[in-house]
Order: sequence, then C-alpha cells, then structure tokens
Amino acid sequence: MIWKHGIIVMENNMAEVKNKVIEAINLKKYFDVKVKTNGMFREEREVKAVDGVNIEVLEGETLGLVGESGCGKTTTAKLLLKLYNPTEGKIICNGMDISKLKGKNLKKFRKEAQMVFQDPYESLNPRYRVKDTLIDPLIIHKIGNSYEERYEIAKNILEESGLRPAHKFMERYPHEMSGGQRQRVAIARALVASPSFLIADEPVSMLDVSIRAGILNLLRKMISERNLAGITISHDISLIRYISDKTAVMYLGKIVEYGETEKLIQKKYHPYTEALLEAVPNPDPDIKLSLEKIKGEAPDPVNLPKGCRFHPRCMKCMEICKSKEPETVQVEKGHYVQCHLYSK
Amino acid sequence: MALLDINDLTIEYKLSDGKVRAVDDVTLKVENGDVLGLVGESGCGKTTLIKAVMGLLAKNGKAVSGQIMYKEKDLLKLNKNQIRKVRWNDISMITQSAMNSLNPVYRVGWQINEAILEHTNFSKEQANEKSKSLFDLVGLERDRLEDYPHQYSGGMKQRAIIAMSLALDPNIIIADEPTTALDVIVQSQILERINKLLDGYDGSMILVTHDISAVAQTCNKIAVMYGGKIMEYGDIRQVLKQPNHPYTMGLKNAFPSITGEKKELVSIKGVPPDLSKEIRGCRFKDRCPFVIKKCIEIEPEKVKTEKGFFRCSRYEEIDKIREMSDDMETWNNCNGE
Amino acid sequence: MKKTLKILKNNKAGTVGLVIFITFVFIAIFANQIATYDPMEIQYSDKYEVKRLQSPSKEHLLGTTWMGRDVFSQMVIGSRIAVLVGVISAICVAFIGTNIGLIAGYYGGIVDKILMRIVDIMYGLPFLPFALILVAVLGPGIRNIILAIVIITWRNSSRVIRSQTLSLKNRTFVEAAKLTGASNLRILYKSIAPNVLPTSLVYVSTTMASAIMTESSISFLGLGDPMQVSWGRILYACYSSQAMFKAWWWILPPGIAITLLVMSGYMMGRVFEEIANPRLKER
Repeated sequence: MIWKHGIIVMENNMAEVKNKVIEAINLKKYFDVKVKTNGMFREEREVKAVDGVNIEVLEGETLGLVGESGCGKTTTAKLLLKLYNPTEGKIICNGMDISKLKGKNLKKFRKEAQMVFQDPYESLNPRYRVKDTLIDPLIIHKIGNSYEERYEIAKNILEESGLRPAHKFMERYPHEMSGGQRQRVAIARALVASPSFLIADEPVSMLDVSIRAGILNLLRKMISERNLAGITISHDISLIRYISDKTAVMYLGKIVEYGETEKLIQKKYHPYTEALLEAVPNPDPDIKLSLEKIKGEAPDPVNLPKGCRFHPRCMKCMEICKSKEPETVQVEKGHYVQCHLYSK
Repeated sequence: MALLDINDLTIEYKLSDGKVRAVDDVTLKVENGDVLGLVGESGCGKTTLIKAVMGLLAKNGKAVSGQIMYKEKDLLKLNKNQIRKVRWNDISMITQSAMNSLNPVYRVGWQINEAILEHTNFSKEQANEKSKSLFDLVGLERDRLEDYPHQYSGGMKQRAIIAMSLALDPNIIIADEPTTALDVIVQSQILERINKLLDGYDGSMILVTHDISAVAQTCNKIAVMYGGKIMEYGDIRQVLKQPNHPYTMGLKNAFPSITGEKKELVSIKGVPPDLSKEIRGCRFKDRCPFVIKKCIEIEPEKVKTEKGFFRCSRYEEIDKIREMSDDMETWNNCNGE
Repeated sequence: MKKTLKILKNNKAGTVGLVIFITFVFIAIFANQIATYDPMEIQYSDKYEVKRLQSPSKEHLLGTTWMGRDVFSQMVIGSRIAVLVGVISAICVAFIGTNIGLIAGYYGGIVDKILMRIVDIMYGLPFLPFALILVAVLGPGIRNIILAIVIITWRNSSRVIRSQTLSLKNRTFVEAAKLTGASNLRILYKSIAPNVLPTSLVYVSTTMASAIMTESSISFLGLGDPMQVSWGRILYACYSSQAMFKAWWWILPPGIAITLLVMSGYMMGRVFEEIANPRLKER
C-alpha cells in the first residue's frame, strides 16, 4: 500500500506470494468457572471464550480483531502467543505447531511473537529504567555481543519509536513519562528483538484522543517497514479501519464476519458489523447519534443464548435465528459471514 | 444571571519543590439549560477546575484568585458543611472511575436510597419510589435495584451512577469522563441516554472529557482547555465546524473516519507544557504548526467571536490557518519536541 | 543521590533514625579506640581501693559499676554486640523471608503449600521462650542468639512478601516479561523481586530493632554470653547488684541506648521504603 497525499492507493499485490506467518485452525478455549446459582450453591459452568476461530495472517499484512469486551479477542491473542493453551484447535507459526513447543524452541517462538498491551501504565516494570526494559529481551535472546552494542540497538529503536532525544529517554523511569510515551516504549520493547509477528491489544484505548493518531501511525509504519504480520485488537472499528488490511468481527467467541477491511465497512453484511459502525464516535455535531441497529446489553458469557448468539440483540432476527446456530458462508471471494440472512 | 459563573479563576497546587499552576485565569459561564463540554487532554486542568467547583480540591490545592459564583454565593468561600449541602443537592458529580465507586457489599438500590435519605426528608418508601423512577429514567430494569454491583456490567454500573447523581434533582450535573472506560456500543448507548435525560431536564450539565466526539453528541457549548487556560469557547456547531484555535483544529482531525476515503490522521506532536514553570507567550507554542515570533513572546489576547472567544495571536489569519490545518503535511512538518 | 537527599530532607523521622543508627555503627566500629578503659578491668584508685559505684567524673564519664568497672567503656564495647546482632539478624531474616515468600508466591502449588505449612509451624513457636531454650541447649554465645532470632523471625516477612508476590504475579508487566522469553527464575528475580524490595528493606530495619531487643532481653535474664559485654548484660549486672536505684549512671545508659537504637530501626524503615521506590511523586 502506498500513501499519496494522505490517501491510500492500493497496490496490486497479486503477483507476490507472501508467507503465512500465523494461522489458527478451529481454535477453542473454554474456561471453567464457579457460578453462584440460586442461593448458596456454586455450580461449575463453562465460559466458551473462544469457540471455533479460524485466522490467517500473512507477512506485511495486518488483521483487525474487533468486538466488544468479552467477545474473546484478547483471549484469542493470548492463545496465539501461547500465554494460554487451547482447549481445542491448532496454531501454526512460521510452519511450526506451537502447541508442541518447549524449552529452547519455545524461547525461539517468544522472540518471533510479541505484543503491545492495552495499559501503558501497567505494561512496564515500574522499577526499571527504559534502557533496562529494552535491553532485557536482547540479553535473553543473545542479541548483540556487548552491553554497548545492545545499548545502541535499544537506543536506535527508541528513536524510531519517536522518543527523541533517545539517550535522555533511555534513563527515564515509567512514572516520569506520559501515557503516550510509555506506549512508545512498549512498542520499542516489542520490536527490539525483531519479531515476525506483533499483536497490539487496544493500543490506544487508554490514551487521550489527541495522541492516538501518533501511536497508530507509528504502529502502521513499523509493521509495514519491517514486513511484520500484525494483529490489532479494538472495540472501535474506526481504529481497525485505519490500521488493518483485513478485519474479523468477533462476537461471544465466534467470528461473525471476516474479509477485507474496506469491503467489510462498505458492505457490512452482518447486523453486528452494522451496529459497530453505527456506534463509531463522530466529532460532527450535525450527525446525531442514534443507535438503531442493536439493542440491549451483551449477555452473560456463562449463559449463552440458544441458536445464533447475537439474536437477542439483533434487529433483523428471524425465527430460525432463535434455535439454530448459523454456518459460515462465503458471500464474496475472501469474505465470510456467519448469519442466517445469507445461509443457502 | 448565569447558573454558574466562574471568573478569573487561578488554582495552584503546592508541591515539595515548587508550585504548579493547574488552572490559569479561567472565566466560564454556564447558563441554565446549557450542556457544556469541557475538553482537553490529561493534565490540562479540567479535572482541577471541576474539583474546585465541587469543593473537592486536594489539600495542597488552592484557588489563589478569582471566584466561582453559584446562586449569588462564592463557592470558594464556603466552609465544609456549606459545601456538603451544595454538593449532591445542587451540584452532583459523576467521577472518572465512577463504576468503581459503588460499594461492593451493599445492594445498588440500598446505596441510592441512602444517598436520597441522607439529603432529604423523604421516608423510606418515598426514597424507594424515587429510586425506581430513576432507574426508569436511565433505562435499567426496576428489579435490578436488588442486585449487587458485581452483577452489573460496566455500562449498567455507569447508568446506576448516573441515576444516583440525579437522585436529588440537582441544578448542575458534572460528569468527569463518564464513558471513557466503556466499549463503543455501550458508550453510544450511554450518550444517547444522557441526551434523552437532558431533553426534559431543568438544569445544566458539564461534561468533562478528552473525547470531542462525546461532546459533539451531547453538548450545546464547548470550552477547549490547554495547559490550564481556555483556548477556545463557544457554540458547539461553530467551534467544531469552524474552529478558531489550532489546537481545536488538530483535535478535530484526530478521529479516524469510517466513511469516504481513508485519510491519514493528524498527530499533534510534542507534549503539554510544564505548568510548574512560568510560561512565556502562548502555551501551545511548542506544538503549534502555525507558531510565529509573536506567539513565543506575548501571551495571546482573548478574541471575541459571536457567542464565545478564543486565544490566538494570529487571529487575523484564522481562515487561512483553518484551511492549512486540514492538510496533514502541515502537522507532519511541525517540529514538536 | 540528589533524590535521596531530598527524601531525607522531607522525612524527618527517618533522617533522625538514620543519624542515630550511623552514630552507633561508628561507635561500634571504633569501639576499641573510643573506649577509655578495658570494660572488664577492675578500676583501682590511687589508694588501691576498688572504685565502686562512683558517679560520673572526668576519668569515668559514666561512673563505675559495683565491681569497679568503667561503665562508659562497657557501653562503647557493648555497642558492638548490639549492632552486630542487629545487622546480621536483619540481613539473614530479610534474605530468607524474602526468598521464601517469592518462591512460594510465584510457583504456587505444592511448593507453596509446603513452605506455608512450615511458616504455620513456626508461628506456633513462642518467640522468647524458644530463644531461651535454644540458647540453653546450644550454649550461650552470640552465634546461637542470632540463630534463635533468625529462625523465629523470618516467618513474618515471608507471609507478607508472598502475598505481594501473588498480586505482582498477575500484573501486566510480568506477562510482558513472560512474552520476552524470560525464564521463570529470571522473571522472579528480575521482574518481581525488585518490586518487593521496599517491603524487604522495611523488614530489615524492623527486624534489626526486634533482634536488639531480644538479645538485650536474653542477656538481661542472665542467659547471654558471659564473656561478651553487651548492654543487656550491663542491665543484668546492675540488677543483680541491686544497685538499680542507687546508681542511675549504671542503669540508665544501657536502657537509653537500647531504646534509641531500637527506635532508630523503626524510623529508618520509613525512609527505606521511600528511597528504594523510584515512584517518589504520586501522579
């Protein structure tokens, strides 16, 4: 993709064959929770946080995962990074099945897969200076032959992340920096050991609106310059549009729509996608807010609705939606929807 | 007579190594029926300002000049008891992490009842009835009054807090970042609900946030704060459609759109000024792409507009500046620091 | 360095405590030089009489004991025991308690269960009686007193450090450390341990205070090392000579010294927490 005068001009990449960096097949993660039912007793119930998710990200490409809190997007991210182990399903990174990884190979995987967390105030160790936080991964993965070499690598990436003069920021503690600056350090840390795969979990939701653009622009630049496979997670579809080539809309553990971002935003096949688009914050006072595409609250994940999980909130709900779960249907090339409106 | 009349207010915090001037010479009026949006980034002074109105300033904070007039009384001169009466009864506040201010060991209905009973002569039954009608107002089911806070979702907790803030029919409701921690859909639902509430309400609201879109959806007036000063103030349509201050222009362009072609987002480079030091010239000078020598040396004067004002030394060229602010290159070429 | 001085300026109690402690350490280090006489030497006057219970004078700054020994020298030499017992016990206890707390909290499971059962058992042992029995069984001597103190005292800090570790374990920056590929040991000692350090330091100073108290108590009861001069022993000697109400110069100095040193330990604890914690100004 090229930027020309601030507007994207899509490049035809058909001739290029890109590597699949990360792939998830029928990924499921169920949690056991104890829930208080009537009165004093606690029952064992299951929360189906991720329920049959298929994902594929090529190098140089960014996939956006969008959905409300509790839809399973963060759990999916943690599964892809092997911070959780799946209940079912396979995850393949650069050709390797990551469920079998142990010891040295696991460490190699840790170098390849990195994450930027949502909370810039929590993701940095409060007792470490920036330089210690950045040099640590280099030491762990034995990058650089001396302290000076590692310091240079760390300083360079800090500069690339927009913190200048870098040598001054290297000496700072997290509490001496603003939220935006901390997030830049977090991005630098994720990229310092040259991973091939980066997940950004709500990277700007805790930052002021005026500095979000800076962080999003930085992420975009880094992902494209280093040809990484990126996954961005957000509950705000406008952020996803800005930074992702493809988008997967998640609801209660399932991907309800998947496809190229621009097409998804135009066609908005799934009613939930429509609702997400309707809810995007708009600074134009003439365009009055009116939520017409969705009603009610997200349900308790322990008590999932029967049939289509979205049906109690869907304005286009039909009889069949209440009893039967919809299958995934390909509505266009490379574009999939899980909704009875499009079932054959 | 304005409902709330803030004049030349300056608030300083005393620290172990000096003073921080969090609010500098702020003048603001809130008329009855106004919904005022107070916008600015973290550290711009907006939270300090409303804390002063509520009498909740930290111990080391003091108003060194100015007054906050409410019903012909200067709120800054009231003692603790008098302020308590004003709080909740006349001016109520929804704090930033309001969702966490519900006591987890008491039922929600009980907590609202207590707030009512403490400040009025209602009987228990009357308080109960009031709680039920409040829940209707905010769109929560009545039998939810019997539940504990942990049984509520984030959006529901926020609505319960809004209900509590309305319990005593205050004249002014101050909401400090009421939707920041919520998902977009819930955020939109809450803002929609706030709009509905304010439609038939006899009173005013001050919405404090860093999110211009929330203000665009609910407010009729807006004040943009930066570095402790109000940089622009006026009617919402005028300020957001035709902003007069470069900072407002930058903020407007910080929202990724979902319609039309994809545009590159404006990123205002740099960081807010250090308010513990004397600031010469305009506060925004380090980050403004339109800065000239005059801006660095002289503090910009207040320039009056039709229904408000703004502070910019280049006020004569505002139209040209506005045009340039729509171009990303202007902001990218700015030095920042 | 600048920041350290600034905190000291603001925290008066802590500074006072630090000054008192450093003064005693100084006296302990240069005890041999400062003491005017050999503390165990019986002092004779020119007329070959034992200088019994003499009140303070130019030659004997704090007077003499019933046996004619110079109280001032005894106090000075005695400071060595006090400081030694205090510092060594404190360091051992903090070290053991912190490590056990970290390991139990981080690894959880069986490791945690076993370690915490041991702590529970230790809680069942009453402090002073246990110390007395140990000293009685193993014989008097500074080493055994320190051993007794350390065995009992580590239980407190381990509990607290364990609960701190439990809450730190789930914080985002620890998750981030996991993601960088750090081994468990590295995460424990490089990411979590520095964050429990302030608490450990507080325990260092409070343990020091209680250790000195304990040693003084044991010596006062006569179960201390008879070969060593310690403040508690001075009190013991004074008490058994029944001179408590006759010779204020004999009974007051050790009492005051013990009080001062113990107090300084607690006061320093407050400063340590601030110095060790880089988050000096709350946001």
